[in-house]
Amino acid sequence: MNMNYTAEELAFRDEVRAFLDEKLPADIAAKVKAFRPLTKDDHQRWQKILSAQGWYATHWPEEYGGVSWSPVQKHIWDEESSRYGVPRSVPFGVNMVAPVIIKFGNEEQKRTYLPRILSGEDWWCQGYSEPGAGSDLASLKTRAVRDGDHYIVNGQKTWTTLGQHANMIFCLVRTNTEVKAQEGISFLLIDMDAPGITVRPIITLDGEHEVNEVFFEDVKVPVENLVGEEDKGWTYAKFLLTYERTGLAGIGLSKAALAHLKQLASRRLKNGRPLIENTTFSQRIAKVEIDLTAAGISNLRIIASVEGGGVPGAESSMLKVKGTEIRQSINDLARRAIGPYALPFVEEELADGFDGEYLSDEHAAPLSAHYFNNRKLSIFGGSNEIQKNIVSKMILGL
Amino acid sequence: MDFRLNEEQQMLQDTVARLVRGEYSFEKRLEFSETEAGFSEAFWGQLSELGLTAVPFSEELGGFGGGGVEVQSVMTELGRGLCLEPYLQSVILGGGLIAQAGSDSQQEQWLGGIASGELKAAVALQEPQSFYDLNDVATRAEKSGDGYVLNGRKAVVIAGHCADLILVSARTSGDTREADGISLFALSPDTDGVERRTYPTIDGSKGCDITLNNVQVGADALLGEEGKAADVIEYQSGRAIAALCAEAVGVMEVANELTLDYLKQRKQFGVPIGKFQVLQHRMVDMMSELEQARSMAILAASVADIEQSDERRRILSAAKNVIGRSGQFISENGIQSHGGIGMTWEYNFAHYAKRLITINHQLGDDDFHLERYANLLQVG
Repeated sequence: MNMNYTAEELAFRDEVRAFLDEKLPADIAAKVKAFRPLTKDDHQRWQKILSAQGWYATHWPEEYGGVSWSPVQKHIWDEESSRYGVPRSVPFGVNMVAPVIIKFGNEEQKRTYLPRILSGEDWWCQGYSEPGAGSDLASLKTRAVRDGDHYIVNGQKTWTTLGQHANMIFCLVRTNTEVKAQEGISFLLIDMDAPGITVRPIITLDGEHEVNEVFFEDVKVPVENLVGEEDKGWTYAKFLLTYERTGLAGIGLSKAALAHLKQLASRRLKNGRPLIENTTFSQRIAKVEIDLTAAGISNLRIIASVEGGGVPGAESSMLKVKGTEIRQSINDLARRAIGPYALPFVEEELADGFDGEYLSDEHAAPLSAHYFNNRKLSIFGGSNEIQKNIVSKMILGL
Repeated sequence: MDFRLNEEQQMLQDTVARLVRGEYSFEKRLEFSETEAGFSEAFWGQLSELGLTAVPFSEELGGFGGGGVEVQSVMTELGRGLCLEPYLQSVILGGGLIAQAGSDSQQEQWLGGIASGELKAAVALQEPQSFYDLNDVATRAEKSGDGYVLNGRKAVVIAGHCADLILVSARTSGDTREADGISLFALSPDTDGVERRTYPTIDGSKGCDITLNNVQVGADALLGEEGKAADVIEYQSGRAIAALCAEAVGVMEVANELTLDYLKQRKQFGVPIGKFQVLQHRMVDMMSELEQARSMAILAASVADIEQSDERRRILSAAKNVIGRSGQFISENGIQSHGGIGMTWEYNFAHYAKRLITINHQLGDDDFHLERYANLLQVG
């Protein structure tokens, strides 16, 4: 039993810290730490810095420009980058479609798309969910019909995160209606500028435009944009979901959010004393911190097992459930900490360049919205109910 | 023992229900929310025409002396419609404070207008540091000539932006957080030195923070005895807690109805998702929470207008604690049962979910009332 980092791992952590000390733009980090919305430019600026360092593609083999970090190194990066307020990389290109292209795509696709992902030239979004196909993803209906050198795509995708910024979308489409649902699905790469594509914003309850609906009307997609084989898309989709689910537990993010919460609770007053000295509130914080400690060790146990050559199984589903519940509890407490100020929704304080007087606390304005927004954590990436189904089937054999 | 409404109470509730159904569609509510007032003046007018703004007031003022149950009947239906009008602020709190503490001439001056809806009052009782403790008052009122000069800041005054009259707590003596020494003043928002910073609230309503900068008021602005307002404020906040609990029950009712409908209609894996046991049990839990909340709202209504006592205090804190917890449970689990659609602006559920959370941030959250209750625990 050894829960310590090796000397090499500690050296790597120092290297990460030195890099972040030097290169992470302070304005971006401040936004991330305070849960303020990031602009497209914020994402792109950071992406370029990360790419220049060679640390952008952590799930790719080195021959394609990736960096081959061990599971422990990835964990160190996750911890440190969360602590520093590094923006999460928009995953759809670098961490989702790229691994699929690398594993199942042809040489031409690798040559075309991978460099453009690394350089930030392409912004990808994900065309998986449909209005009628959420947890039951395999029931998707968007049709792709072969017509000479093209597929003609008709249908609708939804919950397309940051699709408003994207120029490429990877889609699961139905190419065969004669077979079992899972067997008639293909994986297509589609240019968002193609005629017939319409992106419509979905505004969420916190007033944010983060997700979209994407409509396809007789969209012509060249056949060379098919990844792998026709009707085999479900296999690739499942492969991609394993990437989607890693990191969803957000342990590093929870640690950062907890640190933020404790500072907040030290500044806010209750009975004339810092809120953190109030027994009821400090016990709530203590409980979530204890839960997070446990989840952090569970996370390390999975990492150590992968480091030793194991394959993460349904354990990551369990951790997704716990991790998202913990993060949501922290967001709940941050909203509680500002008391009556949870009501005002002072959007101008969230905007770039706000230089007026803060209504309450510099950090108060986003907290309610952030709490509501993060109700998504237990819904996306496979809802927590679906994760429990996986655990119950894969581990318990029920 | 009979928990049913009597005929008059039922008629009252039906009247509000009909009005809300007819005038307060979800689409219209979104429009009302975006106006400058943040609610519908027309709907407010209708509430007034039907005598609903006068419900708790005496017959001379056009009301029928309605108590907790009558207020409950109105508030539950307003909750069902997620109505944005300042009924709680003006009629219950503003009217209640003036009716309890105001002199005959002050009552004559303002209560008629509040009861008829022509005059809208708001209450400025919280401060940036006060959290939910209404005795935590740092705003000072210094004697000056015949009147007072007010300095300080009041926080999150819901509907304060459109109020004709603002009731402000300020300290005439004593230290911050002392019950003794708090006074109440009624002032016009147009008074020199009153500055309002208006903002929308996350639940679609509007409010403001108010800065009082050397605000000069006459002796006739003092409401009740100087330095003795803490009891009045506590008592009227209690009535408002009962009303807020009733509103919350209306919000929870609709939240649960929407969720149940969704479970029956939404199909995944070839069946309505309501066929999945995990969702069935969650829906059952949401319903049980609603019933707990309903019971406490009834109990709260029954003590809203009785003489103050520790028993009344305990019941009101217990009710607000239960409402806070059940509201959050229904909000979060309702969103989860809906999935993504439960988080969208365009679908009404999210707005019910948000209101349930903000109710917990008004008049003390579940923790605040848990502590209050614990301090009043009775042994034997």
